[in-house]
Amino acid sequence: MDRTHRLRRAGATAAVAIAAAVVLASCGNSSGPSNKQNALRPAGPYAHKILDLTRPFFWIAVVIGVGVTAGTIYAALRFREKPGEERFPKQTHGNTVLEVTWTIIPAVILATMAVPTVATIFELAKKPEGPNVVHVTVSARQWWWQFTYDDSKIVTANELHIPVSTDVDLTLQGPPPCSEPGCYNNGVIHSFWVPELNGKKDVVPGRSQFLKLKADRVGTFLGQCAEYCGLSHANMRLRVIVQTDADYKAWVANQLTSKSEQFYLQGINNAQWGCASCHSFKPTVPGAVAPNLTHLADRCMFAGDIFQTNEKNLTNWIHDAPSLKPMGDLTQHMPNFSAQGMTKDQANAIAKFLLANTASGPLPPEYCPQ
Amino acid sequence: MTTVEDATAVVHAPTRKIRILERPKETTGWFSWVTTVDHKKIAIMYGTLAVFFFVVGGIEALFIRLQLAQPNGTILTAARYNEFFTMHGTTMVFLVGMPIAAAFGNYLMPLMIGARDVAFPRLNMLGFWVFAFGGFFLYSSFALGGAPDGGWFGYAPLTSTPLAQGYLPGRGPDFWAVGLIMLGIGSVATAVNFLVTILNMRAPGMTMMRMPVFVWMMLVIAFLTLFAMPPVTAALIMVFMDRNFHTNFFNAAAGGDPLMYQNLFWIFGHPEVYILILPGMGIVSEILPVFSRKPLFGYAIVVFSGIAIGFLGWGVWAHHMFASGLGPVAVSAFGLSTMLIAIPTGVKIFNWLGTVWGGAVRLRSPMLFALGFIAQFTIGGLSGVMHSIVPSDTQQTDTYFVVAHFHYVLFGGLIFAVFGGFYYWWPKFFGRIMNEPMAKLHFWLMVIGFNLTFFPMHFLGFEGQPRRTYTYPTGMGWDTMNLLATIGAFIIALSVLVFLVNVIYTSRRGPKATADPWDARTLEWSTSSPPPAYNFAHVPVVTHRDDLWHRKYTEDDEGRLVKLPAGAAVDIEDEAHAPVDPHSIHMPSPSIWPMIFALALPILGYGFVFKNYFLLAAGVVVALFGLNGWAIEPSTEPEHAEEGH
Repeated sequence: MDRTHRLRRAGATAAVAIAAAVVLASCGNSSGPSNKQNALRPAGPYAHKILDLTRPFFWIAVVIGVGVTAGTIYAALRFREKPGEERFPKQTHGNTVLEVTWTIIPAVILATMAVPTVATIFELAKKPEGPNVVHVTVSARQWWWQFTYDDSKIVTANELHIPVSTDVDLTLQGPPPCSEPGCYNNGVIHSFWVPELNGKKDVVPGRSQFLKLKADRVGTFLGQCAEYCGLSHANMRLRVIVQTDADYKAWVANQLTSKSEQFYLQGINNAQWGCASCHSFKPTVPGAVAPNLTHLADRCMFAGDIFQTNEKNLTNWIHDAPSLKPMGDLTQHMPNFSAQGMTKDQANAIAKFLLANTASGPLPPEYCPQ
Repeated sequence: MTTVEDATAVVHAPTRKIRILERPKETTGWFSWVTTVDHKKIAIMYGTLAVFFFVVGGIEALFIRLQLAQPNGTILTAARYNEFFTMHGTTMVFLVGMPIAAAFGNYLMPLMIGARDVAFPRLNMLGFWVFAFGGFFLYSSFALGGAPDGGWFGYAPLTSTPLAQGYLPGRGPDFWAVGLIMLGIGSVATAVNFLVTILNMRAPGMTMMRMPVFVWMMLVIAFLTLFAMPPVTAALIMVFMDRNFHTNFFNAAAGGDPLMYQNLFWIFGHPEVYILILPGMGIVSEILPVFSRKPLFGYAIVVFSGIAIGFLGWGVWAHHMFASGLGPVAVSAFGLSTMLIAIPTGVKIFNWLGTVWGGAVRLRSPMLFALGFIAQFTIGGLSGVMHSIVPSDTQQTDTYFVVAHFHYVLFGGLIFAVFGGFYYWWPKFFGRIMNEPMAKLHFWLMVIGFNLTFFPMHFLGFEGQPRRTYTYPTGMGWDTMNLLATIGAFIIALSVLVFLVNVIYTSRRGPKATADPWDARTLEWSTSSPPPAYNFAHVPVVTHRDDLWHRKYTEDDEGRLVKLPAGAAVDIEDEAHAPVDPHSIHMPSPSIWPMIFALALPILGYGFVFKNYFLLAAGVVVALFGLNGWAIEPSTEPEHAEEGH
């Protein structure tokens, strides 16, 4: 008897625990942390649509899951053979009606799910149209993001600014084929994912793919690469900064203004360190292999959205980047300048120069929520 | 037990004239294990090595969990973390899941169909040695220039780009591609062997629809393996050639297509999921009826569901690629086919419940694990159906939601079934019954540890944590659940430790098992525990599904069970000990050659990885030597029996 009680108690505890966890989990779109990267807290119509599609099936799954678990525990306890008892139950080999029923019911549930699923697939695949649509080309590198605005030609990195309540048409552009033989330098597969605005889509070498975003409120939304892309896959993050229309227009105007390239190259002592062979200091020209730095200090984070843009971080990064972010044997990456004789002071001077001269103004604090 | 073994061992020790052409005859000692073709000994070797790799892969998992226990973890470097998650997945799929199926299948399938061995005993042996050498080849990479670090799925072009580009540091992808090609050879050999055995070597009266469900599932996975390995082998060869000979199959820069790799990999990879889970379903379908004292509810529909899963499994591969950009038409089609495969899976779950319902349920450890399987596998199945809702999948894929999903299927499902199978068949394998209190402790620890580890991961996925990331920043709200998962992982480790202690304890103190300690239903329980080398003194003649049960019980008109008079039951015990001259039973002789041929594979493998022509030549020589010996080895000598007298 003691054992029965123990088992019953254990079974009941398990059932309660599972039920509690499930209930906790399913408080819909207001659950979980406000980490700005939470698919359960959609901030735009596309992410909303996905969650709305998920929710009913989630509840069906909860009912079936709890039902089967409870049924298993109940059957095990209800039909349990008592110690010393040797029972010979009725031998049922099957029941056609029952078996057909539990084949058809799931089939009907699935067919019901299928209709809105297919409808949503096609809806999300539809390209947004109209004069207000913002078109951005997204390139994924090991391990950072480059955004090129098709209209204004602005080139920026890791932080995508978009206007609120406006459709954004992303072209996820894998590196195109190259003509020279033995050309390999066109990267690997990455995946663009900002959960609060839409599902993810891979960025595939040789292909150009479509994803759309739309935010229904101003704010910062986080994302990160979701396809394993090598050593620093975890360090390939990004953020989408959603602004009012006016703020967005101001941002575009700021991005397009800059001092002469020569000014920046002198300030960072390009003659000695050769920064410009990889980075660019013209607002609309992408760097050869590295982020455009014309407005570096306008971004709250750098190096794949992993370090806050401040003097200390930037100094350390310029001094010895690979010690801060694993780069492995990648042929092209931010080098360890300390090994080329750069002192901490020299690095600090460059950092100070960049912070002072690549900012359009002080960063609004809501860009970089901590 | 004093039968053929002792007789031959004594007589043949001194004769060593032309050893190379003679078949080895040892039946005891280490050399007998190296040369054995006995399906039961091969199964025990498969099982032992699979459990070893389970522990190794588990230790990797513990390091992964330690690293992720808190944000900005520093236990592992990024490089080491990537190696560990790659090798954890590769190990658990290729060095645990598949070999454990080969272990159970090898031991039980011939016994269950009333055969004395498999159709091709030496091919069987080859399968094992290829697995053993392939496993150690893969792990030798840790010492020889970097372990695989491209993920168990090894997506091109990350894995296929030449080393000089440095996309992945080290020779990991070379070891990975060559190692998996090697392991595939062993899997196909085993699959062919199982197919032929099941189709051709059933005892008289053992019709297909009388076969135990476990045997049916082995038949389905043999078909799946046979057809799934070629595409992935092709893909792996292309990866290796792209990487080493600049062939550009997957190099988009030169017009190759990275998505082609994904298609080739997943047209293997999805059937592979069923290759892994169907043996678990088979094991559970054997345990539930025995411990409910009822036949399997709806045998036919359970079998046909298994076959349906085997077929539909070929039509769902692209659901692993819903974020790859296949276009709305393709993803709709694969979303629907994925929904479809949920139906036969659901049917099985309900039939298992129907089996328990109304039975006389004995909650022994095998039954506990089988019941745990039902509940946890159901949760894994349901989260799997959520992937068929394509837009929903674009949020879930490549996040911890998927990690939770497939661990519910493969750990909550397969691994629970495997441990249930261990406790159930241990008396048959080793002649001793495992300690029950320890087994129950194992079960409860594992249920708690497993759910604590993987249930929170569903939410981590929704809340934005991607897979395969060695670190995550503070302030994402993931800290608590990651810490819980880490604690859970160590509880799982503790439960496995309890199992291993139980194994040692049982081997010393475990009570001796009778032929049929569980009052079971299938033929393997009609012979002694453990069975003699020749399995059955008399090949059984089968008259019923669950033949052994029908020799013990019958049903009255109302379907109630009636015990047959004791005489009939004694008959069963008798059969194993019936006075039969063991020499009149023709059994295959041991051989060394398949092992020598298998030895050539890692030599060739190192030759390919290091582009070493000497090793390649040596590998070819060893392979030819092994094949030649295998081919000209005299068939089981008729004089064998004569010498014995």
